[in-house]
Amino acid sequence: MSTTLPKTTDASGGQQAREVRESVVVRFAGDSGDGMQMTGSQFTMETALAGLDLTTFPDYPAEIRAPVGTTFGVSAFQIHFGSIDVKTAGDEVDVLVAMNPAALKVSLANLSLGGTIVADTGSFSERNLVKAGYHANPLEDDTLAPYQVIPLDITRLTMSAVEGFGLSKKEALRCRNMWALGLMLWMYDRDLTATTAWLTKKFASRETLAQSNTAALTAGHAYGETAELSGNLVGYRVKDADLPSGEYRTITGTEALVWGLVSGLRSAGVDRLVFGSYPITPASPVLHALVTMRELGVYTFQAEDEIAAICSAIGASYGGALGVTSSSGPGIALKTEAIGLAVSVELPLVILNIQRAGPSTGLPTKTEQSDLFQAVYGRNGDTPVAVLAAATSIDCFDVAREAVRLATKYMTPVILLSDGYLANAAEPWLIPDLDALEDWPARQRTDPEGFQPFDHDPETLARPWAVPGTPGLMHRIGGLEKEQGSGHISYDPANHQAMTDLRAAKIANIANDIPQQDVALGDRTGALALVGWGSTFGPINKAVEQARERGHSVSHIHLRYLNPFPANLGSLLDGFEKILVPEMNAGQLVTMLRSRYLVPAEGLNKITGQPFKISEVASAIDAALE
Amino acid sequence: MTTTTQPLKPKDFASDQEVRWCPGCGDYAILKAIQKTLANLEVAPERTAFVSGIGCSSRFPYYLSTYGFHTIHGRAPAIATGLKMANPDLDVWVITGDGDGLSIGGNHMLHVLRRNVDLQILLFNNEIYGLTKGQVSPTSRVGTKSPTSPRGSIAHPLSPVAVALGAGARFVARAIDIDQKHLIEVFTAAHAHRGASFVEIFQNCPVYNDDVFHDFTDRANAPDTQLHVEHGKPLRYGKDGNRGIRLKPGALDVEAVVIGQDGITEDDILIHDQTNKTLASLLGTLKPPAFPQVLGVLYNDPIDSYEVQVAALGEARSDVSLNDLIRKTRTWTVA
Repeated sequence: MSTTLPKTTDASGGQQAREVRESVVVRFAGDSGDGMQMTGSQFTMETALAGLDLTTFPDYPAEIRAPVGTTFGVSAFQIHFGSIDVKTAGDEVDVLVAMNPAALKVSLANLSLGGTIVADTGSFSERNLVKAGYHANPLEDDTLAPYQVIPLDITRLTMSAVEGFGLSKKEALRCRNMWALGLMLWMYDRDLTATTAWLTKKFASRETLAQSNTAALTAGHAYGETAELSGNLVGYRVKDADLPSGEYRTITGTEALVWGLVSGLRSAGVDRLVFGSYPITPASPVLHALVTMRELGVYTFQAEDEIAAICSAIGASYGGALGVTSSSGPGIALKTEAIGLAVSVELPLVILNIQRAGPSTGLPTKTEQSDLFQAVYGRNGDTPVAVLAAATSIDCFDVAREAVRLATKYMTPVILLSDGYLANAAEPWLIPDLDALEDWPARQRTDPEGFQPFDHDPETLARPWAVPGTPGLMHRIGGLEKEQGSGHISYDPANHQAMTDLRAAKIANIANDIPQQDVALGDRTGALALVGWGSTFGPINKAVEQARERGHSVSHIHLRYLNPFPANLGSLLDGFEKILVPEMNAGQLVTMLRSRYLVPAEGLNKITGQPFKISEVASAIDAALE
Repeated sequence: MTTTTQPLKPKDFASDQEVRWCPGCGDYAILKAIQKTLANLEVAPERTAFVSGIGCSSRFPYYLSTYGFHTIHGRAPAIATGLKMANPDLDVWVITGDGDGLSIGGNHMLHVLRRNVDLQILLFNNEIYGLTKGQVSPTSRVGTKSPTSPRGSIAHPLSPVAVALGAGARFVARAIDIDQKHLIEVFTAAHAHRGASFVEIFQNCPVYNDDVFHDFTDRANAPDTQLHVEHGKPLRYGKDGNRGIRLKPGALDVEAVVIGQDGITEDDILIHDQTNKTLASLLGTLKPPAFPQVLGVLYNDPIDSYEVQVAALGEARSDVSLNDLIRKTRTWTVA
């Protein structure tokens, strides 16, 4: 399905002129059973189809169905879209759709002063108000005085829209989200064609539900049109983004990771990808996506535990496939011993860590980047691995390919750090020509002449990938220290020193095979460098952009390679008077930079389970430059 | 380079590494039996892999000239599963012990069996932790004295055969380290079975648990303390071949009887049916002195292996275009 967009749209259709906005942040908030994620996703699709740039932030609780009406059961979906280069999900919300009092209560803190609240008055019952912790109805006192409130009885309006379809009351109420979606689509000047088609497909087996949801959607949209005419509601127009021409789709970090892996598999020329995984939030969607990709050579294995998941991947790499495993922090902890085995036997392996807030079980659905130390240092013995991090949802594609390249070329585990925010955040993606990407065929040994299992390539320091099934290459490997060359068990002191040095040198040497570190924004020298990694890219970049517009000498450096660091990173950092390292942890990269380069870097640390706001980074820039 | 044009001899399956088990260890006999089995079966060494965990038994792969992977404690079944997912045509043996396979790796054992991955899993049961110097294991009998149980162990042992059957294994057999001929028969049957083949081997640890199986391995008394089952043959044993197992009248149980005594005739003796799981479960629990130790293939009732089922889910296709697949969602074009 492909739609070609006209470069400009003028859909005001003779109605009142719409107010023009450069970018808008909309947040849908309701109960975890209210379908807010689905509503947000569909609004995202319509927005993307209209040619706008966007970033989304699904924000939901760990409980699947928390008690109805409670603040801890609130599920929200935030989308920032506009004609500008959208890099974050937005510091402040412009329009809040609150499906109940609890949703209003938890979302109010992020609503901009003067922002709009669309509240379903039908759900502001005495009982729901009490559950949300309100002593009085905020729609009726001055709690919401700083905002524009649009009270609508969405419950009643939905019930009447779906009357006659023979739905139960419960089913009818579940159409409220479509009514709200219809209204918001009207507000931002979208038509309903794509969503109507989507509803028909989604409820293909239950025509009544398709019809009733469509009726609710249409009613919400029509309500906007009617109310606009009477002057009660204002519609907006957000101009198209000036996106490069070409074919687009939306993509989340998880989807981009998966496509990067299969694309990498092809570039490496390996037939089979074996993906061993165990369900864990927020990494499970990677398994859900890969399980559908058998025709691309992907074999998935839902293991009995995290340890079996990584061990199956190691066994697969031993057998000549590309072994990949995924998890989040607590699961990665369980895989630790096996990562050490893969380092010791020098097999390719890709380990995805979709980080979440810790320690222990922590906040499973909230984002954090506090597993950097775990990735770089978290094993027994001197056990170096390559560590990469993705900066944006789209970047997950390139970083996954790079992880495959390094793992197969250097015969090493590679840890790829993503996080719960990137995993779920969607962006419009200019689809690359996947057949035109660079190939870097992995070499599997077949020649028995002079074969030794631990004879390392002088350039890459990788040992040969000698796969069972190959005649003449039978050999034994294991986690005991191996004699360099023969691979026989060796307790020789000098050999252990040499092998430890070799394993370290192999990873360090990767620094010569990756791009030099550049600035993401700004000059290569100056008063202040902000050094980030991972999903903090958006807020750091925007804050630096704004500071530069104010005339400050600030640059943004964003690291994809966390082990080894790019070869020139030290000299690049030396060009700045001050270094500020914003991280969603208590100060991990900043510690690594200080220890490695002896630079006086300072941390900006946020450990709330929420992404940085641009304004938070901007304040830190101002403070640093004072 | 080894070639497969001439039949390989058992010694051709030995690696160039010096074997380093304690003198008198039961592992030597098992290694010898494996080398003979591989030669008998004329397997291709390059298509054969031995995967082990950690423990005395897990050194096994180093001593064979095939592919070998000495992995980490308890995880061999998971690594072997991945290896078979990468290449289902490989002939893979898993070597484990009572601690490796039933304690730290117990979870993997359950799941590799229920999935029915086409592997031969040899569990060397010596009822003790040898490599860490003699602590009790999950198969140690109550009262076993060890550095960690100086007053005798208090926990009850688990039965490897019962665990395997409970997990859904389709092939369960039992053998004794010193009975070469029978070991080779059992290994051959395990190899022929497509799916997970579980073999418990009673293996003597002369250092930390010497003669723990003496009650039924002692050659002098073996005929009266061992029952070697064969599919379709009566469950008979004894020096004179006149002892047997029959269903206990009025109970879901079996009893040991003597033909010619108390009116027992040959017709009373149960016939071994290796596809009968209930019978296998009953036979697996019998112990001397009231009963013989039952050895051989207790259960063999094949179903599709994991590999067959994985392949049935679809195959990779070389004609699939990534460019097409990535567009199997809503796309739009910016002019």
